[in-house]
Amino acid sequence: MNAINERFSPLQRALHWIMAICILSMLFIGVGMVSTVRPDYLTLVSIHKPLGIAILVLALIRLAVRIARGAPPLPANMPEPMKLAAHLSHYAFYALMIALPLLGYGMLSAADYPVVIGGYRLPSLLPHSNSLHTLLWNAHRFLALCFFALIVVHLAAALFHALVRRDGVFHAMAPWK
Amino acid sequence: MPDKSASPRSPLPALILIAAIVAVLVAAFAYTAGWLTPNRLTPAKIVGSLAPPGGAVPGFRRNHAKGICFSGDFESNGSGAAISKARMFMPGTYPVTGRFNLATPDPKASDAMARVRGLSLRIVMPDGSEWRSAMIDAPFFPVATPQAFFDLQRALANKSDPESMQKFAAAHPEIAAFGAWAGSAPWTASYADERYNSLNSFVFTNAEGQDQTVRWSFVPAAKPETLTPDELKQKGANFLDAEITQRVQGAPQRWAMVVTVANPGDPTADPSKAWPEDRHTVEVGTLVVKAIEPEPDGPCRDLNFDPTVLPSGMRVSDDPFPAARSAAYSVSFNRRTAEDKAYPHTPSQGAQQ
Repeated sequence: MNAINERFSPLQRALHWIMAICILSMLFIGVGMVSTVRPDYLTLVSIHKPLGIAILVLALIRLAVRIARGAPPLPANMPEPMKLAAHLSHYAFYALMIALPLLGYGMLSAADYPVVIGGYRLPSLLPHSNSLHTLLWNAHRFLALCFFALIVVHLAAALFHALVRRDGVFHAMAPWK
Repeated sequence: MPDKSASPRSPLPALILIAAIVAVLVAAFAYTAGWLTPNRLTPAKIVGSLAPPGGAVPGFRRNHAKGICFSGDFESNGSGAAISKARMFMPGTYPVTGRFNLATPDPKASDAMARVRGLSLRIVMPDGSEWRSAMIDAPFFPVATPQAFFDLQRALANKSDPESMQKFAAAHPEIAAFGAWAGSAPWTASYADERYNSLNSFVFTNAEGQDQTVRWSFVPAAKPETLTPDELKQKGANFLDAEITQRVQGAPQRWAMVVTVANPGDPTADPSKAWPEDRHTVEVGTLVVKAIEPEPDGPCRDLNFDPTVLPSGMRVSDDPFPAARSAAYSVSFNRRTAEDKAYPHTPSQGAQQ
């Protein structure tokens, strides 16, 4: 927890950038698959499900690493509202990374669809229920769009730190050495 | 200590760059979601095109809205194992949940008016895998592509152009065969009298890894009783549900599942074209319908008979329909489950008669 380090650890940076690619792909696949009737539909769905499970596993690992190692401090001269926004956004990211795959999985269970990953049928998370399915489906869709919006703001903020403030915040998570 | 004011550089170019990157990302997302391409054929559009003039009936399937549930078994004779390693083709008995239905978006449609009848199945295997299928009694599909199906719905609904169907038929000559079938095929007295066909092709893979493209049919054991137009009219609007309920109470009803294997060069991607009669067929087992359950609160009501829910040993072929059907069925399912309150969950007086 003692965040004396000026940068995130190499493991944390690797997880961040791998997940950035996975999650952005996931969001594009999600909105793409529900808007097509072409054979791509099945291909995209067949990527969406295992990728969701992969993101859930990575998110849990990442959360454990974050709790164990913490995060570098934000620059002292950063305005307080900006710091608050940064902290809150991190909570939102962890919540969404973990909740969205679970909502998707739960939604399929509530619809009584078999969830088959790599030839194995996963256990059903929830009972078959129309109301539950509707609740989870709406939440999955709404929060996924929120997630994309959050990523857009996060990206703009990261570039703002990198190109305008030049305060080391971007460097703390930069993929390079 | 770095001080922003020490940098004389204007932040404007950087801000413009950031705005441009954000704009490109958002535009790419909107494009992928179809928000910038109103002409894209989406599952929601296909489902919307099926709605009757008064709008879709809330709480019901958007097509094949009228139906009745059943439970039973699939008795596999083991012959199917030569063409597919799916667990349900090993000898044994597997539980089935199914639904007889009519191809209409109106759950109150008259049985005497619905030309196409359907059979949907879910077979659950001991390893947890499932096979779902939704078939109809037509011997081939009216059109060759999902886009043509959408165009057909629009032509049928087009009231402003009296020649809309003629124009459609000119652009899609394959529909003539379906029209001939619909006009000449006998109407039968029972769901149990119908042969139900997959129409779409799928690829079966056996334990040796050999792939074969197939279609399948459920062929009734009952001897079909055909109705004259007058007899059909006299039967009334809801005779099929009452008939199948009574018939199954008397004795379980059976269908043979017959798998037809394509020859090289057969039109596997086009369900509007039947394959020649002499193709190799394998009778793989028997569907036994043991109990009929009214749809309100019946076991089939909240199931999506998505034809792409396939066990290992079966997969989709180059036929474009199963993907389009899966996408559209999902939209139909999402809509009707969200309208759960609108569905009459206890049988109405009319349905009990």
